[in-house]
Amino acid sequence: MEVARGAARGGVRRFSLTPTVTVYLALAVLLIVGSVLVGIQGGVLLDQGGILNILTRSTVLGLVAVGQTIVIINGSLDLSVAYLVGLCSLIAAETMAGSDGMMVPGVLLALGVAALVGLVNGLVVTVLKVNAFIATLGVALILRGYLEENYTGPAGDVPRAFQHLGFDRFGPIPVGVLLMLAVAGAAWWYLRRTRGGYHMYAVGGDIDVARLSGVRTGRTIVTAHVLCAVAAGLAGVFLASRLGSGAPYVGTDAGYDLESIAAVVLGGTALAGGRGGVVGTIGGVLILATLDTVFDDLAVDPFFKDVVRGIVLIVAVALYARRQLSRRSG
Amino acid sequence: MNAPTTWRPRLADGTAPVLAVLAVLLVALAFAGPAYSEPTGYLALLKRAAPLVILAIGQYFVIVSGGFDLSVGSLVTAEVVIAARLIDGQESATIWVIPLLLGFGVLVGLVNGLITTKLMVPSFIVTLGMLLVLDGAVFLWTGGAPRGALSPSFRVFGRGGIDLPVLGHLPWSVVILLVVLVAAAYFMRSGTGRTLVAVGDNQDAVRLAGGRVVRLKVLAFVLSGLLAALAAILLGGFAGVSAQVGEGLEFRAITAVVLGGVLLGGGRGSVVAAAAGALTLEALFSLLNLLGVSGALESAVQGVIIIAAVAYASLGANLRLGFRSRTATAESTSSTTSPPHKEIR
Repeated sequence: MEVARGAARGGVRRFSLTPTVTVYLALAVLLIVGSVLVGIQGGVLLDQGGILNILTRSTVLGLVAVGQTIVIINGSLDLSVAYLVGLCSLIAAETMAGSDGMMVPGVLLALGVAALVGLVNGLVVTVLKVNAFIATLGVALILRGYLEENYTGPAGDVPRAFQHLGFDRFGPIPVGVLLMLAVAGAAWWYLRRTRGGYHMYAVGGDIDVARLSGVRTGRTIVTAHVLCAVAAGLAGVFLASRLGSGAPYVGTDAGYDLESIAAVVLGGTALAGGRGGVVGTIGGVLILATLDTVFDDLAVDPFFKDVVRGIVLIVAVALYARRQLSRRSG
Repeated sequence: MNAPTTWRPRLADGTAPVLAVLAVLLVALAFAGPAYSEPTGYLALLKRAAPLVILAIGQYFVIVSGGFDLSVGSLVTAEVVIAARLIDGQESATIWVIPLLLGFGVLVGLVNGLITTKLMVPSFIVTLGMLLVLDGAVFLWTGGAPRGALSPSFRVFGRGGIDLPVLGHLPWSVVILLVVLVAAAYFMRSGTGRTLVAVGDNQDAVRLAGGRVVRLKVLAFVLSGLLAALAAILLGGFAGVSAQVGEGLEFRAITAVVLGGVLLGGGRGSVVAAAAGALTLEALFSLLNLLGVSGALESAVQGVIIIAAVAYASLGANLRLGFRSRTATAESTSSTTSPPHKEIR
């Protein structure tokens, strides 16, 4: 539906309020306002503990949202990530079963299963021509059935050594955050610096034009779904390390499916595809994490967070829409 | 069901497969369970299905006009919780609470619609935001556990009925369902209904032809909100009060609509088929129950079936519509350059 704006990238180089710039400006404003509000109550938002808190909260959602960004840029979307996170945490923890030697196989198996689920998602979307919303919802239901049939609660056991991933710090920065940033960096490089990445923008911009230009659209979409699923798998593995075991509903309880889409859209990626990027998404994730932290520091009712979250989401996207409109008519 | 006005019932595109699947399921039900050897069994099925079918009809209006409504599940929860709190077991409160609930549904739909059209936010995001707001607000208001109780006369709509000579016990929810379905079918045959579908197909064309796109889209959301309120009244009566009553209903309603062959993105599909899709989903659950498939596997089977059904429908439709979708994209691309572009998506 939208014009392939990705194709025009690089044309205009002057500084402008792109969604990515906007989201970081909003983050800065939020941090300042948050600091003042928390300061009035006698606390400090941005001391080392506070920053760590924000970053730690961002890790899992960040991993999932980076993957979600890739599929959304393709004009697709993935509703199965929440159950996939839970599934991968279980696979990792059960394979390890407390033994140090099984750490690598556990991680690889979890990521392999994730890639397989992504492959299924992608093939259902491209070969069976099922709308991504329905395809990934269907896969989510299948995963849910499997989880409900086989698990009632946490299972598996992660060796002590593997918990370093969840709790250690590299200097002042948690390892998990570095992992998230590394994944985001890789995704950024892939999307902005490789042919495959450009194809993704082209497919999301206008799939018919992309196909006529010689892009293998099916393959591109399948790749995107696999990458998204692997990112969700990594989130599951990280959570297993953090929790010490696998938890079937850890992904759905946190609502990572809709939450990750919200973060992506908050970061300025167009839901219709073809426009946006990982950098904005990380900004969106940081905004959500900062909101959470500020509300926790202010001891605001947790349910009020949802209300604010919903309003922030709508307002943010409304602002982007307005900007696009003025750019188009100008 | 189809209100045939001519001798040959006119079926919209994509209606036939879902009706065939539904027929197969109904026959299978008759073989699987003794309860389905007489009308009562099917009436009970309709009664169970009524809230979902009504929700699906509401969702159909939004989807066919090119949008999404993810907020209906949380709206149902909110309505039931509000009803329980306001009625608090008092019989006399029922009479003013019901209009209030319907009004709240309309209000939520109006907000969804106005934000979508006036602020140009994709409806997926608007209604996702509304979902978060409603969920948060309900829990904020109740502190986690719903309080109060519904009055017996409120619950009549969901669980009561009248005894008729031939049919036996006719539940009120089935009557309400039929009224909604007939009204919706007639509405979709009116000029407004046809224009609504056209908006989903190509809203720029409708606007250039003088159609009131904004008003139509808002109307679709308002109808969805109103019908969600109605579904909540039935569900509250049928299932009772809990903070989980509407959980996942938005996805179920969307699944039902898509199962009915309605194109996500709008512009194609009939309301009767959407209702049939919801009924199919409910019949499928009943069948799985009768066959002893455990509740956990139920969702896995549901997942396989919706993928299979939609794949079947779209592989067939793709052959027919391959050319059409390409021209439609070309049109919308060229029209985005026209200066006063009011609504994107």
